[in-house]
Amino acid sequence: MKNIITDKDVEYVAKLSRLKLKEDEKHKFTEQLNNIFKYIEKLNELDISKVEPTSHAIALQNVTRKDIFKPSVSIEDALKNAPDKEQGYFRVPAIIE
Amino acid sequence: MELYKLTAHELHKLLSEKKISSLEITESIYGRIEKLDKNINSYITLAKESALQQARKADKKISAGGKIGPLSGIPVSIKDVISTKNIKTTCGSRMLENYIPIFDATVIEKFKRENTVILGKTNMDEFAMGSSTENSAYGACRNPWDTSTIPGGSSGGSAACVAADLAIMSLGSDTGGSVRQPASMCGVVGLKPTYGRVSRYGLLAFASSLDQIGTFTKDVEDTAILLNIIAGHDPLDSTSVAKEVPDYTKSLKNDAKKLKIGVPKEYFAEGIHQEVKKSIQNAVETFKKLGAEIMEISLPHTEYAVATFYIIAPAEASSNLARYVGVNFGHRTRDKGIGNIVDMYEKTRDEGFGNEVKRRIMLGTYALSSGYYEAYYLKASKVRTLIKKDFDEAFHKCDVILTPVSPTPAFKIGEKISDPLQMYLSDIFTIPINLAGLPAISIPCGFSNKGLPIGLQIIGKPFDEEKILQTAYTFEQNTEFHKKKPKID
Repeated sequence: MKNIITDKDVEYVAKLSRLKLKEDEKHKFTEQLNNIFKYIEKLNELDISKVEPTSHAIALQNVTRKDIFKPSVSIEDALKNAPDKEQGYFRVPAIIE
Repeated sequence: MELYKLTAHELHKLLSEKKISSLEITESIYGRIEKLDKNINSYITLAKESALQQARKADKKISAGGKIGPLSGIPVSIKDVISTKNIKTTCGSRMLENYIPIFDATVIEKFKRENTVILGKTNMDEFAMGSSTENSAYGACRNPWDTSTIPGGSSGGSAACVAADLAIMSLGSDTGGSVRQPASMCGVVGLKPTYGRVSRYGLLAFASSLDQIGTFTKDVEDTAILLNIIAGHDPLDSTSVAKEVPDYTKSLKNDAKKLKIGVPKEYFAEGIHQEVKKSIQNAVETFKKLGAEIMEISLPHTEYAVATFYIIAPAEASSNLARYVGVNFGHRTRDKGIGNIVDMYEKTRDEGFGNEVKRRIMLGTYALSSGYYEAYYLKASKVRTLIKKDFDEAFHKCDVILTPVSPTPAFKIGEKISDPLQMYLSDIFTIPINLAGLPAISIPCGFSNKGLPIGLQIIGKPFDEEKILQTAYTFEQNTEFHKKKPKID
């Protein structure tokens, strides 16, 4: 069977996923993802033209709650696990050059 | 008396009669953990100080003469994917190496209301992705029955510590079999409740339409007791279902008469280990002798479940794991050379995630990406409908379905780690149940020639945990498999 995923696809998907891959890693992922997608081709055996999709096994309606004011997380708690913070904010590298 | 050996219901009786204290139980288990867990590696973090404090609190209540709840003073462990306030929650990942939640999961709050003692956090495959607990950033967990084999996964630590008497019971999570498969391989009882039965608030998300918190116990009675505590609607989880919670201990009846049991032929196809097949067939025979009505059924789309799952679960995961970028919490790269924020994200994720997590994020991102959505995600969602329909139709005829849990007993550490597809296929009998949102339990039903445990899966109708508990209890009352313990001392 021909390859479904190429090194180029892996590069593209890694970029979308915000993952930086090393060159040798890339080849390995390409090979492994190919094996997995070849297996997944199995789904093509089925005729699903008249089947509705299922996103949740249990039928759920929109769930809403009453709009009542409640205390929320304090700034101190929210920043407790922040890798970097300053004056009550999360600090990150420059976003706009 | 070796208190660590007992079940929660046995300990509760002794506590109520004031014959023992929670502190004694808790200390006896920590003593054992300190002696044995270096060989098993079932815990990532121990919370000894807060556990002893909780034990003393429970003892105070008992000596004050008040009536205590069934899990009051009982030491339990928690899979490291469930948020515990002030106790590190790593998810088995470098990404969350120093993450200390500022809130408790709903199930943990329920424990605290009961004065249940939380011993610590158990080892797992990173972000619950794996079937062997080898994908842990904190070292592989080992099976107490044979430490050269895996305990199953992803809740391997929870299963191993209950099997080795390093906790009385444990909570895990099950997305494609992560409670039932390790329970089966470690010879303990593992329940995955119906999707929506137990609140997922505070469970770190892997695949939100499939994830469910589940239980590990030494017998079926303890499962019913634990489910009584954790089940129920939670306003903080909009997918938890507002359905009345029955008293599950009322289902503990030794009675298989009038029980209609379906056995699906597709679960005994090639690839299944002969000793597993034999054990399940023996279990079916046991039920026949006990007066159950056995019928062959068909679940024709079983063979498509793994392919369906490995589109849907990674797709949901790729979205759920997008939050780990080193901003609000978790790891951030210390690389001084990073230029902009995207650089920082990429470097952080490269350092923080292991290979299986990266693989699944890419798999899911690809399946959802422009031009491929219909070919993969939509198609898988439609096949999911067919898989669910198979069960709906089967349950018109029978009350419960009996199958194997895993096609093989525990395999060797390292055996499947370099071949992801082979690892995925080891969940072939548990995955369909998550796709259909059904409840299912794994109970001990035999041993391989090498002495490794084999589990029986009992699948029920949605929200009919009562029937699977009754079926499991009846089997347990008429067999001895659950009484055997691994020799690790």
